[in-house]
Amino acid sequence: MPKVTMRVNGRAVSGEVEGRTLLVQFLREGQGLTGTHVGCDTSQCGACTVHVNGAQVKSCTVFALDVDGAEVTTIEGMANPDGTLGRIQQAFQDHHGLQCGFCTPGMVMAAAALLAENPKPTEAEVRHHLEGNICRCTGYHNIVKAVLAASGQDVSAIAAE
Amino acid sequence: MPKDFGIGAPQKRREDIRFLTGRGVYTDDLKIAGQTYAVFCRSQVAHGRIVSIDTTATAAMPGVLAVFTGEDFKDVGGNPAGWLIKSRNGEPMREPKRPVLAHGKVRHVGDAYAAVIAETYQQAKDAAEQLAADTVIDELPAIVDMAAAVADASNRVHDEIPDNLCFDWGWIEDNRAKVEEVFKTAPHVTTLELVNNRLVPNAMEPRASIGEYFPGTGDYKLTTTSQNPHLTRLLVAAFVLGIPENKLTVVAPDVGGGFGSKIYHYGEEALVLAAAKKLGRPVRWTAERTESFLSDAHGRDHVTKIELACDKQGNFLAFRTETLANVGAYLSNFSTATPTFLHGTLMAGPYKVPAVYVNVKTVFTNTAPVDAYRGAGRPEATFSLERVIDKMCRELNLDPFEVRRKNFITTDMFPYTTPVGLVYDTGNYQATLDKAIEVGDVKGFEARRAESAKRGKLRGLGLSTWIEACGIAPSHLVGVLGSRVGLYDAATVRVNATGNISVMVGAHSHGQGHETVFAQIVADKLGIPEASVEIVHGDTSKIPFGMGSYGSRSLAVCGVAMTKAVDKIVAKGKKIAAHMLEASEADISFENGKFSVAGTDKAKTFGEIAFSAYVPHNYPLETLEPGLEETAFYDPNNFTYPAGAYLCEVEVDPDTGKVQVCSFTCADDFGNIMNPMVVEGQVHGGVGQGIGQALCENTHYDENGQLVTGSYMDYAMPRASDVPFYTVDYSCQTPCTHNPLGVKGCGEAGAIGSPPAVVNAVIDALHRGGIKVSHIDMPVSPARVWSAIQNA
Ligand code: FES
Ligand code: FES
Repeated sequence: MPKVTMRVNGRAVSGEVEGRTLLVQFLREGQGLTGTHVGCDTSQCGACTVHVNGAQVKSCTVFALDVDGAEVTTIEGMANPDGTLGRIQQAFQDHHGLQCGFCTPGMVMAAAALLAENPKPTEAEVRHHLEGNICRCTGYHNIVKAVLAASGQDVSAIAAE
Repeated sequence: MPKDFGIGAPQKRREDIRFLTGRGVYTDDLKIAGQTYAVFCRSQVAHGRIVSIDTTATAAMPGVLAVFTGEDFKDVGGNPAGWLIKSRNGEPMREPKRPVLAHGKVRHVGDAYAAVIAETYQQAKDAAEQLAADTVIDELPAIVDMAAAVADASNRVHDEIPDNLCFDWGWIEDNRAKVEEVFKTAPHVTTLELVNNRLVPNAMEPRASIGEYFPGTGDYKLTTTSQNPHLTRLLVAAFVLGIPENKLTVVAPDVGGGFGSKIYHYGEEALVLAAAKKLGRPVRWTAERTESFLSDAHGRDHVTKIELACDKQGNFLAFRTETLANVGAYLSNFSTATPTFLHGTLMAGPYKVPAVYVNVKTVFTNTAPVDAYRGAGRPEATFSLERVIDKMCRELNLDPFEVRRKNFITTDMFPYTTPVGLVYDTGNYQATLDKAIEVGDVKGFEARRAESAKRGKLRGLGLSTWIEACGIAPSHLVGVLGSRVGLYDAATVRVNATGNISVMVGAHSHGQGHETVFAQIVADKLGIPEASVEIVHGDTSKIPFGMGSYGSRSLAVCGVAMTKAVDKIVAKGKKIAAHMLEASEADISFENGKFSVAGTDKAKTFGEIAFSAYVPHNYPLETLEPGLEETAFYDPNNFTYPAGAYLCEVEVDPDTGKVQVCSFTCADDFGNIMNPMVVEGQVHGGVGQGIGQALCENTHYDENGQLVTGSYMDYAMPRASDVPFYTVDYSCQTPCTHNPLGVKGCGEAGAIGSPPAVVNAVIDALHRGGIKVSHIDMPVSPARVWSAIQNA
């Protein structure tokens, strides 16, 4: 079986994979990084979102072999070095941007990619960017609010709290 | 000022830390030594006779360990319906057996008829494909349309059920004639035929189950995506596999949403357990999303004719409905209660209507089973009522706000007995309506409409005033109504020797935040830091026998059990304190975490009492057991009745038919609030789902019974840009009168109240634009709106 090597959350990892092994399978089963979730089989839900070389990628749509040599970041790599929640994670907790938590890793990864590109997005830009991430629990309200808050914008005017 | 701790504080959720860092543990995240993989063969046809399944080639494939077919389970028990409903003529409902794997016939696309267990997932998948190729199924004509199913006795989903009818239910049958009389003489009657569209629940975590068997002890363990581990254990053990209940542990670890679909026991759970026993190895299965679409219990799917009788001023005289309710191919556990007692009993709404009659015919079809989905029956009732009321207002040229207001049950009428058998304990429907009008700035609507019009958009305002019965449920009532289970809940409060606390609860959190909110309540009552309270849920080997979470019951039933257990702890603490402080028990008071003797400065802290209970050196051992642990079961004596008023504003693009929700305002009465942040989140989620039902989500079976909308490519889940920010107000509070927390439950409200508000807004927008359309069925898609405009 072919071997694949990559850096995941700053750590060099490698493993043998089949040609058909998806990146998400390599992460979840090979590396025990089960924070990246699988919510669909048509690349629609975004629960599996990770970063590959800084870009937002649905890890269910790429083969592990295709990211050989890449730098991969998953939800497990998003906390601060001291283990406390990172800025976006903290905003999700502060604004109740998650309920069951299943879509959450993908949402955080998508939000991080958005803010890296567009540090002060509008509400419409946030909603548009999250088009590929489905959440069934929150009605998106607090997710959008959390992303706006993580960007440093004042969200106190958004609906009563 | 909101409180910053305890009851009523918007406490941030402790469970979020693990979810945000990728350390939640959902069923599929578990890895168990020696695990094997199950893959199911599912019917490609909606209806067919299984002619043969040749397992020879499959069994010889690499990695294959076992193959199961319906034949292997033909002698085990069936998965039962939880409610026995009787037809109008007194006959019990028809109750076909629901097997672990289909036997003899397949009855819907996705019906599992075989399973393959292999060393790896890929091997199991490849082998299942082989087995499907070696299976001969004779396709029969599919029964999809409910009216046709009832009309044609020759084509049957279940051979023994001639007209595909499960039951024909009248509620309340004795009122039928009286209601008919009212309609005969009523000055005005409005009739509306509508469809309450079938929905696929789509919890983001697909169903998953792992079966284990321990030959040394004969114990089984099922780890599964369940909203109610004890109920699942009862069903699997007592009804399906015949395992002694005490030999089966059911664990529901972190569960990624349920919305009803994970209440029920499914055949896959029984299969992995039976296979684990046979192989002596753990067997795991995780649904692919397509399997979830095909095999999770769906929701809604009613076709209803509703009639409203009133005088010319819009005073309601009677409601009457005739509904065909789809149960799909088999009876899922709550499927017979959902269209009946969770629907018909709500058909008076918050209104003082004197006469109501509800008729529901529940029909088998070759489609996936249909059961409770967030709101369950109550959204269907609310939608019918709130739509027909709007239609009547238009016909009589009356103001929909004023018509609702003058028909409301008023505050001086509680407790109020409805003509459909419920007793509303308390409420204030005028207050929530006023609040919605204020917060939703109805005064400013005309200006917003004019502004929309400038951009060529039609703006509309929709209202719905809803009520629900939740906190499910009083066992004595549901027993009379046909329930085969009790619907109490339970909690154990274990004070440890060092004073911190483990609370084992029967409720299950799959997103609701119990770990935080329940801890707030216990800490508040005991005057100790929240951080010293841990909530344990989801594992039958740890928690008392509770019934789990659905029907907005966690707080209103289990939360109350928990506070009752806390009360027992305090009572015992007083006895211990009395002994230690050499005072009489009657003189001991408990406040802010201290037991003290009235009128003195003598006191013991909660921690000191706990320590003494476990190190009983100075302790009344002759009269009191050591230890500090109490369990309480709580069975409510009535439902709770949250209610509210929802306002929706939409813009319709007359050129494309596209509807955009501009604002959504909720004024809810949930009684007392334990954590406002969590309450708002629950409402947001429900409203998001309601907007999804109203505008996007369509479950379409074609005439051959193929599920055309079986993936996220075809089934339109609401996305972030389909919804606005919502405004949620919960300041109108009439505390529940029959539970000590005064809580009512908030989990389903959003999904119940929102669909009619959205559709009423669309119809309003069209009318204001001169397009006289009386109704559009959900989902109110651009295509439907556009055709309605063209045909108007
Ligand atoms: S699992 Fe990758 S998009 Fe759904
Ligand atoms: S938090 Fe449950 S799916 Fe988003």
